[in-house]
Amino acid sequence: MINAVINATLTELSGALAAKQISSVELTKSYLERIRRLNGPLNAFISVDEDYSLARARLVDAARRKGEAGPLAGIPLAYKDIFCTRELRTTCGSRMLAEYKSPYDAHVVEQFERAGAVALGKCNMDEFAMGSSNESSYFGPARNPWDRRRVPGGSSGGSAAAVAARMAPAATGTDTGGSIRQPAAMTGVCGLKPTYGAVSRYGIVAFASSLDQAGPMAKSAADLALMMNVMAGFDPRDSTSVERPKEDYSGSLNLELSGLRIGLPKEYFGEGIEPGVLQAVEEAVRWFASQGAKTVPIELPNARLGVPVYYVIAPAEASSNLSRFDGVRYGHRAKEYADLADMYARTRAEGFGTEVKQRILVGTYVLSHGYYDAYYLQAQKVRRLIAADFAAAFERCDLILGPTAPSTAFEIGANTGDPVKMYLNDIFTIPAPLAGLPALSVPCGFDAAGLPVGLQLTGKHFCEAALLGAAHRYQQATDWHLRVPKEAPL
Amino acid sequence: MSLSDDQIRRLARLARISLRPEESAALAERLNRVLALVEEMRAVDTTGIEPMSHALDPHFPGGQRLRPDEVTESDRRRDYQSVAPALEEGLYLVPKVLE
Amino acid sequence: MRAWEVIVGIETHAQLATRSKMFSGASTAFGAAPNSNASAVDIALPGVLPVPNRAAVEHAVRFGLAVNGAINRRSVFARKNYFYPDLPKGYQISQYELPIVQGGEITIVMGDEERMIRLTRAHLEEDAGKSLHQDFHGMTGIDFNRAGTPLLEIVSEPELRGAREAVAYARALHALVTWIGICDGNMQEGSFRCDANVSVRRPGEALGIRCEIKNLNSFRFMERAIDYEARRQIELLEEGGKVAQETRLYDPERDETRSMRTKEDAQDYRYFPDPDLLPLEVSASLLSGILEALPELPGTRRERFMREYRLPAYDAGVLTASRAAADYFEALVKASAVDAKLCANWQAGELNAALNRDAIEMRDSRIEPGSLAVLLKRIADGSVSNKMAKEVFDAMWAGEGGADEIIERRGLRQMSDGAEIEKIVGEVLAANAKQVQDYRAGKEKAFHSLVGQVMKATRGKANPAQVHEILKSKLA
Repeated sequence: MINAVINATLTELSGALAAKQISSVELTKSYLERIRRLNGPLNAFISVDEDYSLARARLVDAARRKGEAGPLAGIPLAYKDIFCTRELRTTCGSRMLAEYKSPYDAHVVEQFERAGAVALGKCNMDEFAMGSSNESSYFGPARNPWDRRRVPGGSSGGSAAAVAARMAPAATGTDTGGSIRQPAAMTGVCGLKPTYGAVSRYGIVAFASSLDQAGPMAKSAADLALMMNVMAGFDPRDSTSVERPKEDYSGSLNLELSGLRIGLPKEYFGEGIEPGVLQAVEEAVRWFASQGAKTVPIELPNARLGVPVYYVIAPAEASSNLSRFDGVRYGHRAKEYADLADMYARTRAEGFGTEVKQRILVGTYVLSHGYYDAYYLQAQKVRRLIAADFAAAFERCDLILGPTAPSTAFEIGANTGDPVKMYLNDIFTIPAPLAGLPALSVPCGFDAAGLPVGLQLTGKHFCEAALLGAAHRYQQATDWHLRVPKEAPL
Repeated sequence: MSLSDDQIRRLARLARISLRPEESAALAERLNRVLALVEEMRAVDTTGIEPMSHALDPHFPGGQRLRPDEVTESDRRRDYQSVAPALEEGLYLVPKVLE
Repeated sequence: MRAWEVIVGIETHAQLATRSKMFSGASTAFGAAPNSNASAVDIALPGVLPVPNRAAVEHAVRFGLAVNGAINRRSVFARKNYFYPDLPKGYQISQYELPIVQGGEITIVMGDEERMIRLTRAHLEEDAGKSLHQDFHGMTGIDFNRAGTPLLEIVSEPELRGAREAVAYARALHALVTWIGICDGNMQEGSFRCDANVSVRRPGEALGIRCEIKNLNSFRFMERAIDYEARRQIELLEEGGKVAQETRLYDPERDETRSMRTKEDAQDYRYFPDPDLLPLEVSASLLSGILEALPELPGTRRERFMREYRLPAYDAGVLTASRAAADYFEALVKASAVDAKLCANWQAGELNAALNRDAIEMRDSRIEPGSLAVLLKRIADGSVSNKMAKEVFDAMWAGEGGADEIIERRGLRQMSDGAEIEKIVGEVLAANAKQVQDYRAGKEKAFHSLVGQVMKATRGKANPAQVHEILKSKLA
């Protein structure tokens, strides 16, 4: 029973809880037990407070007995450690916030609490969301449940590992250049980056404000839809939050595939992709075609500029967003300093890791006097060209398909010496956030080494439901998303 | 575009991050690789193209939403200051600010 | 100072009169306990986001229309990045390339001359917190209550010639922003702060290097600081030196400007459009709504007072020094239906003197226009002499009641009954035969002495004009 339970989808768990086949306390205990067993080797969680989680589960069970139950009542959930939570530390994987307790909850957290979810803990991540491997965390790397010598991807590596290892049925992540989709691909789980503005950023520690989006990570597209129904929606506290009619993201799960036009960008199937990845993705394309979908060759000629554009804009915005970490009002403060300037410089030198420092310096450079036009302004212009490519492509197709990442999970330490090599992991995931478009990753197979491969679907603004529908139909015919890592047996 | 040691030091000062000499050198190396990556983008002809600050512009007809001028916050000093590194009489303490 | 031109540009930060902050719903009320009005957004906790205040935007538009500036229908919030303990985010949300107001002009009056001073721009931004000067064992205390308060930064073109013009501009600007109700103008509380950019040059030459003088929180200090700085620069240049572009502080104790500690690098603010905020769009309806509701502006009102009430420029100026004063005057004229000049004299004279003496604002005046109107009516109809009226005014100010009441109670009614005065004049003439003789012999002084006697006999209540008339006719 326990095995089945921890492997269940949100839909199944919801049903079991509602039918009183299991209580939230029992469910939460099962996951906590698994966390106790597996977190040592996998390091998916930075903070866990068993007493708090069980107390919350008890509250939700009691409410249910009185007839009150929200859509996710009693469901245990993990939050990437970038979401502010009042009860658990919010570290952002950094020494700068290693002891930080936020006095308020993020909007997304409030939404989940209102829906009755039970927090299991805060997940490991690349420091301040800067990374694609979870190796830059102050709290040590998270490890891929499929092969512990390998990275789970990043920056939401801990969330992905937690879901893949069945330490949580679902988790939240954030995605700026691929930080939900790429770890989802590398760990064989599902992850969605919603349209920019669909989910409130209030209470999510900012990395790159014009790109950041919070999104769900779970074992199935149907589960992602359930989570979106709780997470998404207008929040007046976020000026970039879009006000639009409430949507049921489960509404199009049984999407009609016949006649669906699937765009295949030649840029997404070119050189530099591992054969194992290409094979799995092409198999998926054949499946969609067999269901009556029409594949359309398209071009995204400026997509290749996505990586350089991203590595100007994101560090620029980050360099400004991280200026508030100065040791004055919260967070780390150096113990010894000669004067104010010294306090700032030492606090930030001690509080930030290498990758973060590097990106702050890049960001400072591209915004500085004399370089702004050539770098930042130019990047924002090229960004518009990239967005225009997508707009043109979507005249001829309904969604765009390709691999999520050019490779499967690499070994810990393999790419840390060369930032550029690391950055090129994001080549397929970066363009969507630049254009503000929604995109998801679902498992579509394994390579010869048994490592998961991810399939990426990108859609038009606010067409998440269609993406989830296409993925759901795919998952009804395949079982990649149901596979359990050998190294994390049930 | 390669950055000199001097430029790195200046950037570090602007960003208020102190760097040890060996750190500075290592960072310079990494930075220069990133800047080399970025070069390709600089060469693109963007004459007549408007910079894109907000990807979802068309979804905000009327521009930035404005908030009614009402006091909606209460005194939460105790909560907010529970995470402060140094306080006295409700004030945040920092090394002496010289005018 | 001969043969040198002193050129000044003034940068003003006016705190906008709103209940809540520029980007958060915290209160802007002055004087609260430290950090009790500093919300999560104001202290830049991780994860918070800004949402702009509608009233602040409206105030900015109001200002732009009042100075005849161009309102940019689309303006952009930008981040100004620098580190300082009173700046919680490590950047200030301001406006850079596209401010909400472009251009505009302020009229200043120097003696008889009117000059139009052009504005460069005005933009919205947020205030920083405050460092307290008090020493906490070698540390400084920071209060973020002020952080996030909406500011309108108003920049004049460098067109002001010298300290006096600069002060005239600052005063006119102060009067305008309080007049249209966008700022309370309280300089002690920091609602209206000016920095002066001062440079000197020989006539005909290009603008010289300028120095910025900060911390000018009174008009008096502004004038002295600019004078000092101009002298300093001129002396320096006359000795063959060069003026270094720098920021200086005015020290009122020593009456001098001093260089602020310069940093190793000039500040690079790395401005870029704030990605957390969308472009600010001012709709046509918002614009027309504010335009319609704009009150009659000081300059226009002053001119109308001159025209309609036939007042000299100086009087009109005094009466339109504030909107409250102008409103008071018009209410006074309406209620009293007497000559406008009489109203002007009394408001600019007795009333203003009383307000100044007791340090109260016009709107808190102890005598309402309606009440003062009654007194003026009694002067006009001769019921009370000008001299007695002053006594009545003082009594009214002290709260003793209305004009009529006091005149009755104290028996201050002027004697205007011709027959009665004639009787008394007759008695006085009879009792002062020698004076009568002296007067008829050509001694003018005797006449005045007789007038004095009549006034004494009536205990000052006789209508002086009538006394003169009747005496003259009796002595003829």
